Amino acid sequence: MDTMIEVSALRRRYGGSGQDGYEAVRGVDFSVGQGEIFALLGTNGAGKTSTVEVLEGLAAPTAGEVRVLGRDPFKERAQVRPHTGIMLQEAGFSNDLTVAETARMWAGCTGRPAPVSEVLGTVRLNERADVRVKQLSGGERRRLDLALALTTRPRVLFLDEPTTGMDPQARQDTWQVVRRLREDGVTILLTTHYLEEAEALADRLAIMHRGRITVMGTPAEVMAAHPARIRFRLPEGLDPAWLPLPGPVDVFDGNVEAQTGNLQQSLTDLLLWAREAGVELPGLDARSASLEQVFLAMAEEAA
Amino acid sequence: MSTHNAQKPLTSFLTWGLPDAAALRRMGALARAELTLLLRNRTALFVSLLMPAALIGLSYTASDQLDLAGTGLSRGEAVMTGGIGMVLIMVLYLGLIPTYVARREERVLKRLRTGELTDGEIMTATALPAAVLALVQCVLLVAGGIAVLDAAVPKNAAVLLLGLLLGTAVLAAAAAATATFTKTVESAQITGMPLLMISVMGSGLYFPLDILPDNLADICRFLPLTPAVDLVRAGWLGGIDASDQLRAMAVGVAWIAASVFAVRRWFRWEPRH
Repeated sequence: MDTMIEVSALRRRYGGSGQDGYEAVRGVDFSVGQGEIFALLGTNGAGKTSTVEVLEGLAAPTAGEVRVLGRDPFKERAQVRPHTGIMLQEAGFSNDLTVAETARMWAGCTGRPAPVSEVLGTVRLNERADVRVKQLSGGERRRLDLALALTTRPRVLFLDEPTTGMDPQARQDTWQVVRRLREDGVTILLTTHYLEEAEALADRLAIMHRGRITVMGTPAEVMAAHPARIRFRLPEGLDPAWLPLPGPVDVFDGNVEAQTGNLQQSLTDLLLWAREAGVELPGLDARSASLEQVFLAMAEEAA
Repeated sequence: MSTHNAQKPLTSFLTWGLPDAAALRRMGALARAELTLLLRNRTALFVSLLMPAALIGLSYTASDQLDLAGTGLSRGEAVMTGGIGMVLIMVLYLGLIPTYVARREERVLKRLRTGELTDGEIMTATALPAAVLALVQCVLLVAGGIAVLDAAVPKNAAVLLLGLLLGTAVLAAAAAATATFTKTVESAQITGMPLLMISVMGSGLYFPLDILPDNLADICRFLPLTPAVDLVRAGWLGGIDASDQLRAMAVGVAWIAASVFAVRRWFRWEPRH
């Protein structure tokens, strides 16, 4: 697998090196292979955008090295940009241009553009081609954003919060577009604060906190590192101490919550015990950690 | 990966490198979109087209009070050279500052920087429609001045044109520099005032600097718009030697360089958060 994005020991500092300076990115390493979707997660101020701006070639790193398609995206911008697509979180449009005029302008600014009707078709904006941009909904503006990012037929695509402002249907459609791009071999770096989006799309992900990557791996690996959870209501007259559950067991207001590193084993033990003891476990619920829980656990540790 | 547009050597600090065919195509696409926006902005279009005409009419009416004895200028010529300066300032300089500010505040500049356009191409292409509009009006003024206001036929059209182009470049660069410290579209009317006032008073818009005391005239020759006005007047009436012409060019180019430096150093490409 060819490495399309490579980041090593990246640091980014704003302001001077003295007291008033602020280091937003403090030594970040990762790489993304061809055709992979890599998600960068983090709370506001974690350093996601500061990292991605360097990868996009919008800013130079303070220290460390960054390679996109084997080149320096800042110094060799003219060679890298014809092959990348960038969808920023907060890029604007001229409101008095129509959708088609906007896409045509962008195609004109692109060396070898995909046809306007093709990129608008990909995001299903063809019927809105003659509408002024100011009349688009928030979700439609995001789709136009995506269409422009696809104009270069990019080999590497940067998506910064791509589904913000979309309704659930539009979000599903956009995910579908992103998956199709991956099938075509496009490498995608995604930042998002929707954890389900990272779970649904990412081949690998990294969680950033205070300028560093704290967790990285496939969604399954990241979740496996966090305990699964078993919940049920405590049957009447049952002493929680009798329950064959490993690890800490919380009992609160008649609800039992247990954590386990091996959900299948713990659940088997629990259910076999319940059958033999003739106990019913009302509201039984067992689930692996979600990214959301991983994320919340990290945020709690940080606080 | 293609290498056909491999990085050019830094040909010059001034021009961000001379544009190649691909760069011209990119700038053409952006300028076309800017032109569409200008044509849809009724207020800006009205100001750009009617204000200069109204102003020139007004100043011609007022010019019978003007004592032009000893300047070698006819009334028509005095009004027209001033008119050209005013068109450049109003249509180009005062028109362009809010355009740059608006594109920044709408975060359009931020988007443009994610593509293949270079920063210099973005600034130049954004200025093109206003620059062309101003130049066309200047040409109409010259033609109108000859036809209607009994001005003489230009003695040296090349020098006149050089003056127009120099003034256009100086004021477009100055507009970008002014936009660096202009926070909103509305405040552009204020931040653009100083250069407007200085130019009207000191750049010889309505009378040649020769009639000022020597010291004052010497200082005024270094103002941003003076070289352009000098060249326009000289192109029309003749009477400029090669060294004066060269000095005027040098002063104009120095102002462009200073503006470009200021833009590269201080221009913000997105709004403050």
